[in-house]
Amino acid sequence: MATKKTARKTAAKKATKKTTRKSPSRKKTTGRTVSAKRDKETTGKIEKLCTTVVKSSLAQKDPFLDIPIRSVSNMKFNHRERILEMGDNTQRRTLFNVGQARKFMQSILLSKGCRELIQADKTLSLRGMYYMSLHTIEGTNEKTFNDQSESDGILEDLEVTLDGLREELHVFAKKRGTMVGNITIRDNGDEIDCRRMGTGGYAIPSICEPSVIQFEKCEADFVLHVEKDTVWSRFNEDRFWEQHNCILTEGSGQPPRGVRRLLARLNQELGLPVYCLLDCDPWGHYIYSVIKQGSINLAFESKRMAVPEAKFIGIRAGDYDDCELSPDVRIALNERDIARAKQIADYPWFLDRKPWQIEIRKMLANGFKMEVESLITKDISYVSEVYVPERLQAADFLD
Amino acid sequence: MSIATAPTGGPGTGRKNMAKAAAKKKTKSRSRASAEEMAARQREISVSEFFAKNRHLLGFDNPRKALLTTIKEAVDNALDACEEGGVLPEIEVKLLQLEETRFKVTVRDNGPGIVRKQIDNIFGKLLYGSKFHRMKMSRGQQGIGISAAGMYGLMTTGKPVKIISKTKRKPAHEVTLKIDTSKNRPEVVTDRESPDADKYFPEGHGTMVTIEMEGRYQKGKQSVDEYLEQTAIANPHAWFVYINPANETIEFPRGMDELPEEAKEIKPHPKGIELGTLIQMIERTESTKLGGFLQNDFCRVGQQKASELCKTAAKTAPNSNLKGPQTYVSKMGHSEAEALYKAIQDTRITAPPTDCLVPIGSRAMLAGLLKEVKAEFFSAATRPPAVYRGNPFQIEVAIAYGGQLSSDESARVLRFANRVPLLYQQSACSSFKAVMETSWKNYGLAQPRNALPTGPLVVLIHMASVWVPFTSESKEAIADYDEIRKEMRLALQECGRKLGIYLRRRSRMKKEAERRSIFERYIGEIATACEAVTGSDAKKIYDALQKQAAKKTAEADNKLDEDGQVVRKTSRLDDDEQVIIVEDAIPAIDDDEATDDLFGDARSRLRRDPGKKSSRKKTAKKASKKKTRKTSRKTR
Repeated sequence: MATKKTARKTAAKKATKKTTRKSPSRKKTTGRTVSAKRDKETTGKIEKLCTTVVKSSLAQKDPFLDIPIRSVSNMKFNHRERILEMGDNTQRRTLFNVGQARKFMQSILLSKGCRELIQADKTLSLRGMYYMSLHTIEGTNEKTFNDQSESDGILEDLEVTLDGLREELHVFAKKRGTMVGNITIRDNGDEIDCRRMGTGGYAIPSICEPSVIQFEKCEADFVLHVEKDTVWSRFNEDRFWEQHNCILTEGSGQPPRGVRRLLARLNQELGLPVYCLLDCDPWGHYIYSVIKQGSINLAFESKRMAVPEAKFIGIRAGDYDDCELSPDVRIALNERDIARAKQIADYPWFLDRKPWQIEIRKMLANGFKMEVESLITKDISYVSEVYVPERLQAADFLD
Repeated sequence: MSIATAPTGGPGTGRKNMAKAAAKKKTKSRSRASAEEMAARQREISVSEFFAKNRHLLGFDNPRKALLTTIKEAVDNALDACEEGGVLPEIEVKLLQLEETRFKVTVRDNGPGIVRKQIDNIFGKLLYGSKFHRMKMSRGQQGIGISAAGMYGLMTTGKPVKIISKTKRKPAHEVTLKIDTSKNRPEVVTDRESPDADKYFPEGHGTMVTIEMEGRYQKGKQSVDEYLEQTAIANPHAWFVYINPANETIEFPRGMDELPEEAKEIKPHPKGIELGTLIQMIERTESTKLGGFLQNDFCRVGQQKASELCKTAAKTAPNSNLKGPQTYVSKMGHSEAEALYKAIQDTRITAPPTDCLVPIGSRAMLAGLLKEVKAEFFSAATRPPAVYRGNPFQIEVAIAYGGQLSSDESARVLRFANRVPLLYQQSACSSFKAVMETSWKNYGLAQPRNALPTGPLVVLIHMASVWVPFTSESKEAIADYDEIRKEMRLALQECGRKLGIYLRRRSRMKKEAERRSIFERYIGEIATACEAVTGSDAKKIYDALQKQAAKKTAEADNKLDEDGQVVRKTSRLDDDEQVIIVEDAIPAIDDDEATDDLFGDARSRLRRDPGKKSSRKKTAKKASKKKTRKTSRKTR
């Protein structure tokens, strides 16, 4: 019953997502994010997982799942490829353990849900997935999930356990991030000209696999990724991408998987260099690190998502003096910032980069952080007309 | 009896004493009254007069306590009489409220009755009784109680005491009498045979006492109700019917149908007497020779021991008249008595016989608690007899835990001496101190520093002795002898250990039940989901997992207990004769509905539904039913 309801919901969602130019004849193939072959593989994995549970149950053995650990302890930095990779450590989740019983049950419920989705050839958002498996356990007043975050965590566990990507499980995250620039793409069959996206830009979908998005025509020379929407709008209004022949993306802070996957594909498939314009604070530095090396949490996806060639334009600790910014833009570093900055400086992929060590030390010496928006104090379009062009010209960036 | 009671005495006594003291002092400096004049004022004080003025010594301090003491004395006497006569006691207490502060107390028993001749003295003379001059375990001791109650009634209302008594052979006799306080003598008002009164004694014998008195009736702690409840606990062989001032009848049915064994009378033990008493005994003895005196008037002294005592005494006083066992008693002076006393202290003498003690017994204590306290765990311990100051005594402890007892209050201590509940002066009592100094934390209970443990706990402590050392004549608290306190502590620890075992077992069971319920909750979900994915039968998976869950949690049941032994399914508590666990009374895991009423719901039910006669009876019956179920399980 729950499945039907949520399925209807997705259908409605999809209808709104589709652009007006979409022809009704293509409807049949929509929703297919991965190939039928991979779908079959994934269902096979889920079935195998459940069969093991059934077998050990019937054999009077404690059923368990071995889940790879998603934390710093089980993460390696691959120096040669310069990306983060997940280690082989797993954590055993057993049913007959008071602390794990509930999670075990949730894992089984969600794998059942994913299998249903794949068989129905439909996709659901993380939230949709949560509702799909949400019900009250018979004979109690306990719900299978207390909130969405509980199911999100289990889904990530499931991804690594099944060694299948989220999109292979037919689940996607809320879309976030925007793109505009000298490129034409095909999204789920619809041709999208990113030069004609108005002020809003193209919303980067959560799943940017080649089966969903294909690159049609690209004249751009590079990609400029900025941290937030406000700065992105500045660049877009100033037609920066037109003048400098580039693609302009934005990830609303820490970029979601869709944006990172898109950046990686632009870099790998079209050979475009990626430049990042981020805040001068530990969080900005970590965004750069995630784009470049992959994230700790999703280390298993680094291969597909990291852009090891990404460069950091700014803004940098030295810009306060170099650009003669007003003292008002300074935001004092708090204890958390300082601790985080030191932690980042100690990451192996930062440790062997001298310029980064100098940059972080400089920021700590300054005792303050700066946002990209602080450049607006100089002039409204200083960032797009002076700051970025000058740095690009001089190839002045951190690597 | 010394009359140095000026500060506490009534105004009359005090003035007299002070005048006397002042007179003595002043005769030295200037003379106001001559010795002759003073002599005219000096006269004997009657015991009854003394107690009339110092009635607080007997427990008549205030109207409320007076009412309780009166009922207590009458009931104690009734129980003693029934037991001595070999009758299963059936006692009716009726409290009739005449005015706000005036009551008519009637206590009727089915004892052997009192012969006409003795009625006057028993009820009309203080310090007249059968129990003072013998070493025998009984409720009454001094022969003050009931006559003092009658005296109090007379003083506060002017009404005489009415006694109707019927012996087996003769028709009932009705006597009303007053006590002449100045002479400590009964004064009979009316005296007639009344065959009509036979109807009160269906068994053909019994006594009924009616005293009209000033009093105040109040429920709650230290009330008549509480006294009767506790008496019913300590005397499960007795049947009580209580008609309270609201004219509600409350019954306390029997928990068992056997009379306790009759206590044997013993002679005093040499170690238990003081020098003054020894001198008195020497003066009064019927033996002529010292050896005979020691052998006949004391217990545990044979011919050999007697001569040993005499020799030792002779050694310490070489110049005295002491010449071994052949010494004439009449030749014994003060120094000889002192030498003998010293010899007694220095000689090892076998402890007194203990067959004179009749403990309530673990079984009876449990039966008593079970019918009056709605708890889930009961345990009892009876210590072997011990001796303090030459008096044999025996300590018994029983505890009740959990069930409907309130869990956030201090434990309640029910104190008994020779089966009589002690309601006042708790903190002065040895038993209270013993409960406090026992470390209840070891048994899984909370206990603030220097205080009683907190929790749903009732502790019953009983001291049986031929002579219970009370701190005062009103018999409210047991004096604090080291020997007594030690025995109490040991008995408490014995019960506490069992409670500890039970509580640990219970918490383990509870934890396991919770664990099991967690697993069971999720098993269903997993089975259905797995069926949907793999096509295997959900029922099969469910059953297999269910079986595993049961096994897993059962395994955990077998954790080690505090002695490092595997606790088997039948724990050692189950085979313990001195433990009763009422399974039905164990609260469910999420059932936190607790009754504030210590004694369960019977009383509150009664309050809600006045006039409902048998509510108490019903719950008690239920309890006994539980017990039989439990015992039958044991025998299986």
